[in-house]
Amino acid sequence: MAALHFLANPARFRRFSQRVLPALWSVTALALAIGLYWGLVIAPPDYQQGDTVRIMFLHVPTASLSMAGYLLLAALGASLLVWRHPLAALMARATAPVGATYAAVCLITGSLWGRPMWGTFWVWDARLTSFLLLFFLYLGHIALNRAYDDPERGDRAAAILAVVGAINVPIIKFSVDWWNTLHQPDSIMRIGGPSIDPSLLWPLFWMMGALALLFVALVLVRTETEIDRRRLEIAENEG
Amino acid sequence: MTPKRRRLWLLVGSLCVLGAAATLVLSALSDNIVFFYSPSQLAEKHVPPDRRFRIGGLVENGSVQKHGTEVRFRVTDLRQSVEVVYRGILPDLFREGQGVIAEGSLDRDGIFTAREVLAKHDEKYMPPEVAKALKESGRWQEGEETVK
Repeated sequence: MAALHFLANPARFRRFSQRVLPALWSVTALALAIGLYWGLVIAPPDYQQGDTVRIMFLHVPTASLSMAGYLLLAALGASLLVWRHPLAALMARATAPVGATYAAVCLITGSLWGRPMWGTFWVWDARLTSFLLLFFLYLGHIALNRAYDDPERGDRAAAILAVVGAINVPIIKFSVDWWNTLHQPDSIMRIGGPSIDPSLLWPLFWMMGALALLFVALVLVRTETEIDRRRLEIAENEG
Repeated sequence: MTPKRRRLWLLVGSLCVLGAAATLVLSALSDNIVFFYSPSQLAEKHVPPDRRFRIGGLVENGSVQKHGTEVRFRVTDLRQSVEVVYRGILPDLFREGQGVIAEGSLDRDGIFTAREVLAKHDEKYMPPEVAKALKESGRWQEGEETVK
């Protein structure tokens, strides 16, 4: 009976996500195709970066989304710790690897941009260092989840890490304002409006939306898998 | 108080303590987290010769002199400036009026010997035609954001 109660919500969630996912995948694929063509072909080169500016269309959205993804992870952690929400733990397991991948893409593209523009792949300034920490927090979350024989203990340990690590997100965001950094300050959310020309800003917003859809789709499909996996584990233990 | 309530307050409470701790640590370390000093900060600091640090600012207009592989230029924050000597390959974005960060040390005459020069990119992105139009209309302000 306890197992049934546990699955009540996840089962409803699973039905919901199975209904939404096919449409979500097609919209995501279309949005990504349009966004990549817009950013890589139609959008103009930058006046001093030339075509290297196109790296921004992957770098900036993956940066924002991996930070937003970590806030989601922290919210899921809080709802597991406080309300013991059964779905939260499974969704957190589904979210962390997606967020880690986005963070990795952001670090790699940033480094490829830094070499020609700054003259270096990497520096230890406040922005780059705090973002690297975000990547490690994701990896720590994944590792902690799997560190216990009892998956629920792993869920709880990882949830604490997620909530505590959320403090790093505003530090990443404001690092370029609080300290001197090599990384440039924010171009979009700044006083006086965005400092990116509309011809580059719109494809950037579009890619932000397309990659957000991809993030959601990946989290949903992975949550389904986690629900199935937990069901099997429970069935195994009872059988 | 229900257990849920208690756990919620425990979580909120520990987050507040943690946030306060992080704020205190970061403000105590702020001097070390700074990636570079501006020429004005350097003038206040009196860094001893031969200590390695970074200096950042704009390349002063008309200050760049090249002798073979050696480059001399002044880094300014529009209040103070520092003379820099560098031997090596400069990044593509290096030019007068551009934000740069140089790592190295001061010699006894107050000249900064750089081991590495990095270009700082600002947060402005636009197509070449827009940049040209802005320059022609006189609304172009080089590096205004780089210097705080």
